[in-house]
Amino acid sequence: MNAKHIIGMVMTVSLATASASVLAGSHDSKLEAKATAIIKRDFRDKGIAKADRVNQDALQAACSKYEDDVPDKLKAKLEAAQAKEIKWPADGKYMGDWKAGEKLAQSGRGMTWSDKPEDPAGGNCYNCHQLSAKEISYGTIGPSLRNYGNKKGMKEEVQRSVYGHIYNAKAYNACANMPRFGHMGILSEAQMKDLVALLLDPESPVNAK
Amino acid sequence: MNTDKLASMLLVLAFAASGAVQAEEKAVSDSEKIEQYREMISDGNPADFDEMRGEELWKKPGGPKQASLEKCDLGKGAGVVKGAYAELPRYFKDTRMVQDLESRLLTCMTTLQGIPEEEITAKPFASDKKPSDISSLASYVVGQSKGIKMAVSTKHPKEKEAYQIGKLIFNYRAGPYDFACSTCHGTSGSRIRMQDLPNLNTKEDAQTAYTSWPAYRVSQGLTRSFQWRLNDCFRQQRFPEPKFASEATVALTMFLAVNANGAEYAGPGLKR
Ligand code: HEC
Ligand code: HEC
Repeated sequence: MNAKHIIGMVMTVSLATASASVLAGSHDSKLEAKATAIIKRDFRDKGIAKADRVNQDALQAACSKYEDDVPDKLKAKLEAAQAKEIKWPADGKYMGDWKAGEKLAQSGRGMTWSDKPEDPAGGNCYNCHQLSAKEISYGTIGPSLRNYGNKKGMKEEVQRSVYGHIYNAKAYNACANMPRFGHMGILSEAQMKDLVALLLDPESPVNAK
Repeated sequence: MNTDKLASMLLVLAFAASGAVQAEEKAVSDSEKIEQYREMISDGNPADFDEMRGEELWKKPGGPKQASLEKCDLGKGAGVVKGAYAELPRYFKDTRMVQDLESRLLTCMTTLQGIPEEEITAKPFASDKKPSDISSLASYVVGQSKGIKMAVSTKHPKEKEAYQIGKLIFNYRAGPYDFACSTCHGTSGSRIRMQDLPNLNTKEDAQTAYTSWPAYRVSQGLTRSFQWRLNDCFRQQRFPEPKFASEATVALTMFLAVNANGAEYAGPGLKR
């Protein structure tokens, strides 16, 4: 292979805009059943990620079927069912230690087949949200939570709502793109309290002026 | 390519991968960074070596039957490699299945060369320790479609069905995080940390993404196939592992390939 040959191989990304394909999606239940059967057959256990993870609960199935745009009535029903299962802290306290919360928010670890069973799962918050001004590497799948406490205050109902969102964001918006950290047993009660503090504590870097 | 050039190229890659190019304290997305390396090494892509390895494997007699793959039919007739990838996945009469490149290579390696399927599927991806023959073969085949427009058919009922099933799998939420492909690839302009996420439901993003794989991964120092790309995204999705070249992975590939139709194939690419 000579240099000329290689120059010829330089990647050129085409931005051709051909007409959109007209293959409409369908709510064909026979096709859906077939797709589900294929999924159930074509995945296997790897590390901590067991094959049965592809089995959906009612919420996952509805959000998949409607591509996250569930009809209003069903949406309200799903949200109520999720809300009913939130386990609120027995001591009625929602705020923990923001420093521990920041560590958790930074950690993107957890639940993949390359994670060890003994490795604790992180919160993945920065993967999707802006939080502290200092951290410039943040994702944008979720809204910015920068200055969250400055904007919302620290009243008990605010604390409770933040705890609820972290425990189960789907109780507030059925097909939200945020994991259900409490509902799915990803984070403990104490860890979720630390995250509430990260968002609301005036000393937290999230609220640094 | 001479050795001097190669040495300087590898140096640039090592430098770039270490993050040293990002001098100022400013948010630079990973796509912008890879654009910088691409300019620095504009005279080559290390994936070329994997393409050459694949070409040799294609032409050389191998397997228990000591046959080459030159009689392998990738859809355009026995032995035709040029332009084949731009029309895959497609329906094959002999296997009565829709197949992507890697599942078709698997068919050819088992039938023509007599290599047991489990021997190939046990470790279908390259590692630091060992290259993967099927992966190198894929690099060779895709290179022969460079500059050719993607034209994947959905005329056959099985092809149309594969597309539709692929779309359903793309939106299938499950696992401890409730993720689907669409969670990360269903809106435009979003990021995970500094990694830009293509919206694979849109023609433009699907075209750019699909036509740049397989690709050399700078961070891993390996050329990666499309099946690998899907496998690693299922890992990030917190799913169990998809079986190599399974119907689920082929259907998903069909969905993405059809969304990319009309764009010139540009791989093997170069990635973070
Ligand atoms: C996969 C992406 C993702 C991850 C990871 C994630 N979130 Fe979210 N988050 C979202 C999205 C999307 C929303 C908007 C929800 C909606 O649509 O209702 C959201 C909303 C929220 C809200 C409500 C904001 C409001 O509107 O008042 C809070 C609070 C929140 N997230 C905190 C967290 C914390 C703390 C973590 C880490 C434990 C976290 N999120 C992890 C995606 C994510
Ligand atoms: C949790 C988020 C997440 C999920 C879920 C996810 N991906 Fe990805 N995907 C990524 C990230 C991050 C990248 C960028 C890869 C990198 O640089 O390492 C990516 C890259 C890709 C690319 C290559 C884009 C390019 O231009 O190089 C394709 C194609 C892709 N994903 C397809 C899928 C498919 C299909 C699914 C469903 C099986 C999926 N992804 C699920 C996060 C995700």
